Amino acid sequence: MLSSVDNQKRPLVSLHNVGVRRGGRWLVRGVDFSVSRGEIVTLIGPNGSGKSTSAKTAIGVLKPDEGSVERVAGLKVGYVPQKLAIDWTLPLSVHRLMTLTGPLPEPELRTALEAVGIAHLAKAEVQHLSGGEFQRALLARAIARKPDLLVLDEPVQGVDFSGEIALYDLIKSIRNSEGCGILLISHDLHVVMAETDTVVCLNGHVCCRGTPQAVSQSPEYVQLFGTRAARSLAIYSHHHDHTHLPDGRVQHADGTITDHCHADDGHHDHDHEHHDHGHHHAEGERHV
Amino acid sequence: MTMGIITPRENAMFDDFFLRAVVAGVGLALTTGPLGCFIIWRRMAYFGDTISHSALLGVALSLLFQLNLTLSVFAVAALVSILLLFLQRRQALSADALLGILSHATLAIGLVIVAFMSWVRIDLIAFLFGDILAVSRSDIAMIWGGGVLVLAAIIWLWRPLLASTVNPELAEAEGLKPERAKLFFMLLMAVVIAIAMKIVGILLITALLIIPAATARRFAGTPEMMAVFASLIGAVAVVGGLFGSLRYDTPSGPSIVVAALILFIFSLLPLVRRGGAAAAQQGGQ
Repeated sequence: MLSSVDNQKRPLVSLHNVGVRRGGRWLVRGVDFSVSRGEIVTLIGPNGSGKSTSAKTAIGVLKPDEGSVERVAGLKVGYVPQKLAIDWTLPLSVHRLMTLTGPLPEPELRTALEAVGIAHLAKAEVQHLSGGEFQRALLARAIARKPDLLVLDEPVQGVDFSGEIALYDLIKSIRNSEGCGILLISHDLHVVMAETDTVVCLNGHVCCRGTPQAVSQSPEYVQLFGTRAARSLAIYSHHHDHTHLPDGRVQHADGTITDHCHADDGHHDHDHEHHDHGHHHAEGERHV
Repeated sequence: MTMGIITPRENAMFDDFFLRAVVAGVGLALTTGPLGCFIIWRRMAYFGDTISHSALLGVALSLLFQLNLTLSVFAVAALVSILLLFLQRRQALSADALLGILSHATLAIGLVIVAFMSWVRIDLIAFLFGDILAVSRSDIAMIWGGGVLVLAAIIWLWRPLLASTVNPELAEAEGLKPERAKLFFMLLMAVVIAIAMKIVGILLITALLIIPAATARRFAGTPEMMAVFASLIGAVAVVGGLFGSLRYDTPSGPSIVVAALILFIFSLLPLVRRGGAAAAQQGGQ
């Protein structure tokens, strides 16, 4: 863990006007956000909007083609990738998975597995786990490292609704006990973890950002999903005021068309109302 | 293998071509075991094939320019590996298609060069299928020396290689260097192929890499155990294959592969696999 006083004040990682280009096409452009110690930042956006690309750029897996990324020196990252296909021929138990990228004392390994509720599966081979169990195993592995920054790419995929709430509770308690920064990618455009400090909505660029509206203010939601859900999930209602045309240009609400859209180009109002996405992107999620 | 202390009697035995073949083959099998595990975990079987096919180009070039055979094979295999890494990064063609092109292009160019050198008569069969019964003492020294180096490198690279086998981005994010590990791994493959060519031949190297590792999967509970088992199973296949070839007067390289295949088929039988697989299934419940 980083401990110097100077490091405590600076964001763990900050992106400044970051763009990533692959095959002549910008996957993301003009991305700005930072994650500080104890902060939870959630990235949302449709498929192919560059959520994973932005997160990978933040932790140095991808290099930005423009803009800059600043990371605190010696930053320890715990990463849960979006997709993980382990060949059947690799005999890998949950216990062995835990020490994949570095050694770990046995008690800490146990504690992490118990925290995600799969201590009984320590001897199981990862290929035999269900989707939800596997996600928990990956999360346990990431938190057992005691990272400064935890990056979770769709950690609740394949997890049922009550499991999702439990995992969000767990992520919250990790943040509270460890004080690490958390960068969370969510597949859901409108429901995010209530504890999120900042929601960043991406669609090839930062569309909008803000704090999630607390669920407790929405009685219908509480009635629908119960109070436990209300503590963990929040509705992030936001309004998109422009449309991405198939040729990559952008049509704004006032009818004008520009090549790019940046938050400061005068075409965005930050009116946080619920509204359907009008994006015309045809490509699927890209994995680079 | 106490090569340091050789009593006169052992020395006499060591002169025996058959014993030399066993010592050389076992040394090679111990080396290919862990490498073979990574080949099947990373689904790189075709890569292994391609690199071993490129060995024929190395043979041709060594004859053409009067270079050391093993060095020449290593250099070509290493160059093809690096070319492959470079082409893959450009993402113009799929890795599969690139391997197909490089594999057959290097093999064909090698054969064409050999055909042009009308003044050289080479035993192509020996290069394609190996000639383990012809290994010399210096070959044995190279196999064991090279093998120890390769195994030491694999142990050193183990964590980044294993982590990037599971997910390269995860390895990169958590401070390991998967690209560097991959490059080293490809160079190690080139070393092993240069060493192995003489013994099992170009066409059978991949078999010696893959079959013992696939057999070990049934009995192993951890990646590390699988690597050790693959080495031991490969060694058993070498000894069995050589005795079989002696007894039935069959070619030694293919006999070793057949012995490995028989062990693999045994590993599929329910009786044999009960221990490992049942334990794994219980764990999964």
